[in-house]
Amino acid sequence: MSNLVVLPIIIPLLAGIIIAFFHKKLPIARALSKIFIVINLIVAAYVTYLVFTNGMIVLETGSWQAPYGIVFVADPLSVILVLTTNILTTACLFIAPKLVSDVREKYYFYTFTFLLVSGVSGAFLTGDLFNLFVFFEVLLMASYGLIVLGGGKVQLRESLKYLLINLFSSIIFVTTVAFLYAVVGTVNMAHIAERVQEVEQTGVLTTIGIVLFFVFATKAALFPLYYWMPKSYTVPNPVVSALFGALLTKVGIYSIMRIYTLIFVTDELTSKFFIIIAGLSMLFGVIGALSTNDIKLLMSYNVIPSIGFILLGIALANENGLGGATYYLMHDMIIKTALFLIIGVIVYAAGTADLRKLGGLIHYYPGLGWSLFIATVVLAGIPPLSGFIGKLLLLRGSVENGEIIIIIVALLSSLLILYSVMKIFIQGFWGEKDASFKPVSIRGMLAPIIGLLAVSVFLGIGAEFVYPYINEVAVYLLDPEIYIQAVLKE
Amino acid sequence: MEIIICILAGILFATGVYNILQKQLLRIAIGTGLISHAAHLFILTMGKLKRGQPPIIEEGITNYTDPLPHALILTSIVISFGVTSVVLVLAYRTINENKTDNMDQLRGNEYE
Repeated sequence: MSNLVVLPIIIPLLAGIIIAFFHKKLPIARALSKIFIVINLIVAAYVTYLVFTNGMIVLETGSWQAPYGIVFVADPLSVILVLTTNILTTACLFIAPKLVSDVREKYYFYTFTFLLVSGVSGAFLTGDLFNLFVFFEVLLMASYGLIVLGGGKVQLRESLKYLLINLFSSIIFVTTVAFLYAVVGTVNMAHIAERVQEVEQTGVLTTIGIVLFFVFATKAALFPLYYWMPKSYTVPNPVVSALFGALLTKVGIYSIMRIYTLIFVTDELTSKFFIIIAGLSMLFGVIGALSTNDIKLLMSYNVIPSIGFILLGIALANENGLGGATYYLMHDMIIKTALFLIIGVIVYAAGTADLRKLGGLIHYYPGLGWSLFIATVVLAGIPPLSGFIGKLLLLRGSVENGEIIIIIVALLSSLLILYSVMKIFIQGFWGEKDASFKPVSIRGMLAPIIGLLAVSVFLGIGAEFVYPYINEVAVYLLDPEIYIQAVLKE
Repeated sequence: MEIIICILAGILFATGVYNILQKQLLRIAIGTGLISHAAHLFILTMGKLKRGQPPIIEEGITNYTDPLPHALILTSIVISFGVTSVVLVLAYRTINENKTDNMDQLRGNEYE
């Protein structure tokens, strides 16, 4: 029964390997990738259902008991994220045959994508800090393959920087794990949490906490460590950008969420510090988005404020705050994928990413235009759509803790996010019909995007249905004992 | 013994970071190799360095070698080996395509 937990990791891994054998035969590779991702989606949905009805599932690999063996833990937070990962990857794989060039598809696009999904699911599900590092490396390895796919001049340059910054932060990560091992003598997260509580938070543990935050903040692209992110996310092809924007930074923020709810419990000082970082991320991200006319870069900058919102929820450490962070995480993964894909289709259709050269596209692509419009209002959080619910919870949490300044900052940055993305709609889609413009067929590209938007709209309008589950996650996150008990079974 | 190895790891970190901050791509690649070695040495030291003790817990045996850092370091070495080879290939391709190995010229200003 508990073996189910590894299936969302194993299936993509096997799929990636099997598809590698057919990398030159595109029809087979495409068909296989769709079949595997749908199977994985169903399995992930089933695991989610089981976790929410029967409680957490813990797998001790090789039947080695908890602190000694490697454990995989399917708790409410991780299964929700695995399910979301699978939903958005399904959309990405269904649009990929249209949006990714044949040559790139042949050079292991599908294999790398599946390995990425495997790594991301692994990072969500693992209950072992060193194993988290290993899964980070798995997903980074796949991402190195994806970002450099195509091998243009700019692409090589940016992927080199991406690789170096990630390599550096990974090495710091593994060093910190070694530090932590020296202090508490274990790498099992539940066991670490238990022992950290026993020894109280001494100076060394505080240092470790800060260094771990540095590592994950680099990977999550928080202020002031986001400098590497925007440009490197614009260079690969749009499907890869969508996967990166939706998954990679989110794994970083998930790790912060896990570490700071389970191992290092947020005290007042950390909370203040996180709120400041969150506020600055919101502001600087959106300023970056407003500063550019390149629509891909604009979208990449928009990833930063959303990470800030999630960090705000973690900092608040109350029921509304953590619920809001979880809701926002889910919402943002889906809507960012949709927006990155829409931007990709716009660039494909119009042949340029420069906002000054775009205009009048609504006459040729009405469906695309309205998809962008809906995605924008969802992202900005116009009620009753999903962004609104997440932000409402976060703001309520802030009011409870009496953090008024951050509410103003959050609302201001939401407004500016709306403006920055609406700018694409206004300048790109409105305007006179350009007679010399030759429209390209975008048939079949809209369906996956509309699917994602439907999920996103459901998250908002169906909040009545979704919210109880999110609340369950928040209540669960507030009590680390549940996790420790489930893993160590004392 | 541990303190000496810790200092050695520190020196490796310092030289690695110094190399990463250089402009030449090859030096950066070497720098990443050096800091990953430093990290590995550090993991090994964290499990305490002992000689001649088996990694077994049995009744009556109080002195034993901790096997976990060895398992960790092995995984970590394999990963950093893979990543280093990716860095080298990528650096090689970047130099060939962009016709320079100087990070200053690889900045890219097209959007500014």
